[in-house]
Amino acid sequence: MSNFTKEDIQYYANFARIDMPDAEAEKFATRLDTLLEFSDRLKELDTTDVEPMTHPLAIVNVLREDTPEDILDREEMLKSVEDHEDGLIKVPNILD
Amino acid sequence: MNFETIVGLEVHVELKTNTKIFSPAPAHFGAAPNMNIHPTDLAYPGTLPTMNKQAIDFGMKASMALNCDVARVMNFDRKHYFYPDNPKAYQVSQDDRPVGANGWIEIEVDGYKKKIRIERVHLEEDAGKLTHSDNGYSLVDLNRQGTPLIEIVTEADIRTPNEAYAFLEKLKAIIQYTGVSDVRMEEGSLRCDANISLRPYGQEEFGTKTELKNLNSFNFVRRGIANEVERQEKLLLSGEKIVQQTRRYDEATGQTMLMRIKGSANDYRFIDDPDLPEIVIDEDWIERVRAEIPELPDARKNRYVSELDLPAYDAHVLTLTKEMSDFFDETVKAGADAKLASNWLMGGVSEYLNAEGKELKETPITPAGLASLVKLISDGTISSKIAKKVFKELAENGGDAADIVKEKGLVQISDEGTLRKVIGEILDANEQSIEDFKNGKDRAVGFLVGQVMKATKGQANPPLVNKLLLDEISKR
Repeated sequence: MSNFTKEDIQYYANFARIDMPDAEAEKFATRLDTLLEFSDRLKELDTTDVEPMTHPLAIVNVLREDTPEDILDREEMLKSVEDHEDGLIKVPNILD
Repeated sequence: MNFETIVGLEVHVELKTNTKIFSPAPAHFGAAPNMNIHPTDLAYPGTLPTMNKQAIDFGMKASMALNCDVARVMNFDRKHYFYPDNPKAYQVSQDDRPVGANGWIEIEVDGYKKKIRIERVHLEEDAGKLTHSDNGYSLVDLNRQGTPLIEIVTEADIRTPNEAYAFLEKLKAIIQYTGVSDVRMEEGSLRCDANISLRPYGQEEFGTKTELKNLNSFNFVRRGIANEVERQEKLLLSGEKIVQQTRRYDEATGQTMLMRIKGSANDYRFIDDPDLPEIVIDEDWIERVRAEIPELPDARKNRYVSELDLPAYDAHVLTLTKEMSDFFDETVKAGADAKLASNWLMGGVSEYLNAEGKELKETPITPAGLASLVKLISDGTISSKIAKKVFKELAENGGDAADIVKEKGLVQISDEGTLRKVIGEILDANEQSIEDFKNGKDRAVGFLVGQVMKATKGQANPPLVNKLLLDEISKR
């Protein structure tokens, strides 16, 4: 079963801001097909009486009281950004 | 061809918690840029988000107040997107199991009542704030990143711009009464997007919709919808198709403008957030939250009409904000006549607040102070004209109306002898007016009453002046 096209790969690569030349996209399309084929085998299992699972751990209600605690030092945080101005992070203009 | 307008609203409400939804960073409006950030808000390696219990309580409370079913089991999902307002590149939201579902609120608009159904209420985190500049870059403030929000999604039940306005007004009042948010549009703690489509009358299926953003006041929502309806109608009538897209309302021109083509929902690649375990809500939890919900606007409105005999209009206006309604309740509790108190709050008090651009709590007026004023009017101690003077004093310096009246010697003159003497003097000086009156010019009485009021510096009891004046004229 072949599902992924080169265009699909480039479509998703665009979301992740990854450069995806045609040759690579074709390669990934084939590989993802193989992966998908493999995971499709799970569909063969009978899951009629299996409860849907949203979390691998059987723990619930991990909650926190609404009390402020330590925050990030701004100067420290700004060290990890490329550019900043008056305490604000400077990024390339991305217009709507 | 005539078209029916179909509108659904998506309203974001910022919750008034002390901290963010998944991190212990402070969450409030107005801090210096990038000061309220926790490593979790940025999804730094090694961080683990933990759910704020208060945010869940608030989400449940709002859901209940909006007549929703509250989830017994819920979870959080990641919605992926790339934009500099969110360095995590995903927003944590609730996709398939929201905190509230299947609710409704009732609106009253243009003389009819209508229920607007609420599809869902879900909890999610807000993103940071971007300021765009002209010289090629944008500035990012991530203080808002991770602030708890509820998104309220209506069914496509709204049919007119006025219904949208009425819905928002009611929604705002309900949320404000529950105390889960400040619901201030100007501070961004209430934001609204509208989905708008048209269909020929009688057609079952909906037409293609557009999403309208940048609606910064309830009035802009109303105008924006009206304008978008007009635009779509023109296109449809000229045989063109509506393209699904996001448009923004331009306040300056009153027009809607294209923002971006909206992709399909799959683009967000929702997944269950593996960092956040499920939340299981039991009966005790639900009952505890339910007990915290105060009397809501509709219940108050009904009480004002049935117990205090207020007209429905008064009850509606007074209950629009909790502040006004609480103030009214306190004023009546302090002994004021309900209708007079209502007249003052909707009249003199509101005029003063509008003129000064203030809210009630920013003035020295207290319920006891207003009640003291209303009582002096009720028992005839002061005329409504004098009351205006006394109110000005109350509004500026606070205090008790009785003290102000005593201090300034503003007590109403209701002594017949005193008034007859003044009236006699006025009549002596205005014989022409007496003649005019006797010749059928009723207006002459008004002039004479005015003269008496002037002579007594507005302190004469007006109905009594009227009565005595006619009596004295008849003697001449």
